[in-house]
Amino acid sequence: MDFQVVVLAGGFSKTLVPLVSKEVPKALLPVANRPVLSYVLELLEQNNLKDLIVVVESESAALLIGGWISSAYVDRLHVEVAAVPEEIGTAGALRAIDHHLTASDILVVSGDLVCDVPPGAVAATHRRHDAVVTTMLCSNPVSGSTESGSSGGKDKAKKHYNIIGLDPTKQFLLHVASGVEVEKDVRVQKSILREVGQMDIRADLMDAHMYAFKRSVLQEVLNQKEAFQSLRRDVLPYLVRSQLRSELLLNGVQSEENGNDKDASQNPKIVLSQLLANASTPSFHELHALGPNGFSLSPRKTHKCCVYIASKSNYCVRLNTIQAFSDINRDVIGDASHISGYSFSAQNNIIDPSAVLGSKTTVGPQCMLGEGSQMGDKCSVKKSVIGRHCRIGSNVKIVNSIVMNHVTIGDGCSIQGSVVCSNVQLLERVVLKDCQVGAGFVVTAGSEHKGESLAKKEK
Amino acid sequence: MVAKKSGRNRGGGGGGTAAATEVSVEELARVPLQAILLADSFATKFRPITLERPKVLLPLVNVPMIDYTLAWLESAGVEEVFVFCCAHAKQVAEHLENSQWFAQPNFSVTAIESNNAVGAGDALRLIYEQNVIRGDFVLVSGDTVSNMSLAEALGEHKERRRKDSNAIMTMVITQSKTSPTTRQSRLGTDELFMAIDPDTKQLLYYEDKSDKGTVSLDKTLLSDHPSIYLHNDKQDCYIDICSPEVLSTFADNFDYQHLRRHFLKGLLDDDIMGYKIFTHEIQSNYAARIDNFRSYDTVSKDIIQRWTYPLVPDVQFVGNSSAKLDRQGMYRASVVGQSRSAQVGPFTVIGSGTTIGSQSQISNSVVGEGCKIGANVSIEGCYIWHNVTIEDGCQLKHAIVCDGVVIKSGVILEPGVVLSYKVVVGQQFIVPAYSKVSLYQQPIKQDSDEELEYADSSSGFMDASSLSGLPDKLKEESTIQLSESQLQAASEVGSGGVGFIWSTSEGSHEEEWRHSVAPIPAAKLLEIMHTSNNELEVVQQDGNLPPSGELERDSVTANSNDYDDDDVDVKDDYEVFENEVEATFKRALEENIKEDDVILEVNSLRLSYNLATADCSGALFYSMMKSALSAPHPSPSDLVKNAATVITKWKKLLKYYLPSIDEEVGLLISSSDPDEIEVILKFEEMCLESAKEYSTVFVQILHLLYDKDIIQEEAILNWASEKEGADETDKLFVKQAEKFIQWLNEASEEED
Repeated sequence: MDFQVVVLAGGFSKTLVPLVSKEVPKALLPVANRPVLSYVLELLEQNNLKDLIVVVESESAALLIGGWISSAYVDRLHVEVAAVPEEIGTAGALRAIDHHLTASDILVVSGDLVCDVPPGAVAATHRRHDAVVTTMLCSNPVSGSTESGSSGGKDKAKKHYNIIGLDPTKQFLLHVASGVEVEKDVRVQKSILREVGQMDIRADLMDAHMYAFKRSVLQEVLNQKEAFQSLRRDVLPYLVRSQLRSELLLNGVQSEENGNDKDASQNPKIVLSQLLANASTPSFHELHALGPNGFSLSPRKTHKCCVYIASKSNYCVRLNTIQAFSDINRDVIGDASHISGYSFSAQNNIIDPSAVLGSKTTVGPQCMLGEGSQMGDKCSVKKSVIGRHCRIGSNVKIVNSIVMNHVTIGDGCSIQGSVVCSNVQLLERVVLKDCQVGAGFVVTAGSEHKGESLAKKEK
Repeated sequence: MVAKKSGRNRGGGGGGTAAATEVSVEELARVPLQAILLADSFATKFRPITLERPKVLLPLVNVPMIDYTLAWLESAGVEEVFVFCCAHAKQVAEHLENSQWFAQPNFSVTAIESNNAVGAGDALRLIYEQNVIRGDFVLVSGDTVSNMSLAEALGEHKERRRKDSNAIMTMVITQSKTSPTTRQSRLGTDELFMAIDPDTKQLLYYEDKSDKGTVSLDKTLLSDHPSIYLHNDKQDCYIDICSPEVLSTFADNFDYQHLRRHFLKGLLDDDIMGYKIFTHEIQSNYAARIDNFRSYDTVSKDIIQRWTYPLVPDVQFVGNSSAKLDRQGMYRASVVGQSRSAQVGPFTVIGSGTTIGSQSQISNSVVGEGCKIGANVSIEGCYIWHNVTIEDGCQLKHAIVCDGVVIKSGVILEPGVVLSYKVVVGQQFIVPAYSKVSLYQQPIKQDSDEELEYADSSSGFMDASSLSGLPDKLKEESTIQLSESQLQAASEVGSGGVGFIWSTSEGSHEEEWRHSVAPIPAAKLLEIMHTSNNELEVVQQDGNLPPSGELERDSVTANSNDYDDDDVDVKDDYEVFENEVEATFKRALEENIKEDDVILEVNSLRLSYNLATADCSGALFYSMMKSALSAPHPSPSDLVKNAATVITKWKKLLKYYLPSIDEEVGLLISSSDPDEIEVILKFEEMCLESAKEYSTVFVQILHLLYDKDIIQEEAILNWASEKEGADETDKLFVKQAEKFIQWLNEASEEED
């Protein structure tokens, strides 16, 4: 097997409360009425990557997710669901499933990714350069996604981007700063700049949390650097910054691919001529390894960190905030409808045949109405997603909102820019604006809420 | 010759400069393109030659540098040039007068002389005062060799100016990768780090002199520019297209001198004015500045190899007698007396009137006019100026030989030698590598500030303008004047030689090999590679994580070096504080200041450095012991006595900072007073490091402190117990004080 895929599906993310509850872990949050995890799984399936390990934080979430996967993908994918303790970080999660990793390269994907960038392309880039790590970068979404590890909502919902340094060919990753570092001045090592000559520093790229690792390297780093918790914050920066004086053993990994490399290391001049003979120009890594004038005092160890930059037309967002949740739902049935996998009606919306609409009820474009949902008379739905088996009264306005399954909405309600979770009851004449209503909550009749988060108190 | 013509024909209007822009209104209001040429680099790199001649008049492939610059400016469509002369201003002015530059149609050259400018800033301020610049102008120095067309850069500049009046300068840069080992470009300049916005070409960062291992970009830059290119592969051509605001900026900031270090930095850092600097990269054209001997060598070779076309020896661009190009890049003037058996190798220029003896070999060199080269001479990679006599059997390698030098037979010049004007090297003498020989003695007091080089040149013994360009009689006189010192100097460059060998160990200068005309020896390269490799390893071993992807401050990893950084800062702060306290205390001793006042001062110091009271007691105690140490003490017992007097005298001061066990607080609570332990620890540290004399009398002093009630017994006991677990070496003093501690222990038990 070539690539082994690890999907980090997270657990009960705290940043997404009240959307996430004991019954609904983050990975199962609905995006256009299907769990967000399904987008990643189907993307992988399309790329013929069917051997997956889905890593879930906490046993209970693993049970829920495992149950769903086995019902939905029983014949299509070979999925193993592994539960890991909470709060151990992405690197910790990989460390925990270390013994499952066997393939020569590992593709790590965040389970909350909704995108149409082919992972196969990332894998191919990784292979082509024989890199130790390849990371996928995408343009920053306009709405401004925020960073937070899929492992747990440690990061505050602060708006900051990655700072990425690339070589002139935009193939190699030379500098990476993320998290709080982004707030500081950009400091770039001169030593690497000297080798490359020119570095493109970008603030408009986002680390999409899809990585291809060389397995031996990943395991070596995870074992040696026990303090590393996060792939994004610890492992990736470590690999990037040590790329020109690698501490990795790389035990013959490189020479596996190319038998010439072995004797080449003994006679660098031959390598140089080989490199020059190969039509492609050698990368600065190889030149650095050779040292100036084609010889060096001691062979320098290098490793390559590559990037795959998704084109601007690709859609790529991570569901890691409530804002992102709303945005993704809107996009998937709107601008990025090709991801949803549904076929849209002539009115550019999806109304399940089993749904019942009252008279004078209109459902606008870029809307979705799940199976078995009923709507009363004179309702209006715009740019919203309504789940399955909802009962909606008359004179209800739903704009820019997400209503999950089994929600009951009384007559005369107005819902705007809000998220209403499953089994919620909205009594008559409720007005919600920019609210989140947690699962099973009952909103009293006639109440008005604006920008609030309503949820049952959990014990 | 072709280019020469085209330069002339430029009459048709600005040679397609900014005038090419379609707006005809602009055409009407068009001002002639002006240029400021700084005929003084305000640096000392070409000493000792520049003691006698200004750098811009030094011959570069037999033509004075300034002529290259002027020829280029003329061909590029500049119509008015202001030549700012400072060092040897008379010589420059004279040269301009004698040359044809004043006679050119559509090209006016004006010399502006000044004797007291110490930097480019002064020059520009002077020109600003004269009010001669009316529009955009080109700012270059007189040592620039280029064949670039200014039209494109000017057009870009004007276009930007129209959109944004803050875009006041466009810098010309070119591709050039610095060597990974020596970290200098082929022109011998230091590596340069620039940050440029790839879309607008705005310059965001410029760093040419720094030892830091990282480039630090302000975080706000990235919020304004989504993408920034960080360059290490570009070279600054020192050709700037400026708007008049540049001059007024210099006028406003009277402390700006250096164009890059002050002006550019100031503009980049300061965002009050909002001025912006942009870059223009030239691709196929040539532009370089001769900044040091290495670039002199490089540019000379480039000229010979015709990269600077049409500014090449066989094209007569100005005042140079044209030479004929033979195969293998050999240029030969029409009148050369060359022996049949002499071999003149590739890439060599021979000036007219030069004679070469039999069996001599010349390669990769430039030989000026009227030189006499004897038989069996080998010359490789040398720059021999005019009227030089080289006698038989000499060997010259990578040397610069100025006008009128006489090299007697059998002399060997090792690589990198510079022989200044009229030096005579005695027979069979071997001039060591990288030595610089001049008739003038090396100025004894080297002014480390290189900006000031020419400030003193107009005064004192080396009024060099009197040397050249004066009637021969006078010249002779000046030589006679020199003769006395010549007698002493004779021995320095062999018997019959005249000249002083300048010592190369000038602290302020880079190592000689970096900037000499000689190629860097392989051994040196290996050495640098070793050190750079070691550096890398050291960086690695330190665990001093480089900043790229530096671990976050709040991440739980123990590896984070942020904490170390903080520690260092605190320590530094403390050291400064300690020094301050010491100074305060010293003054108190000398001027007999009252304790209360000292306390007041120390307190304010403590507040300003944000330290704890415990630090005060430590620092005060430290300064007391220091003062005791500074008093004469023939024997250790005297030292103790000294200490005793100081401590007795200033007991009150120490006690203030050591809140002793007050009766009311009770004896029990105070058992571990950190301040007192601090004093003991401080003392221990002193004994080990700064004041080893105390180590022998450690116990006595400790006892003294105890007697004087400065340190309570609990503190000593605590100190002892604290040290219990320490290393053997750390316990040295505890062991010394063992008896004392034991005694204390017993005493306290008795009390109980």
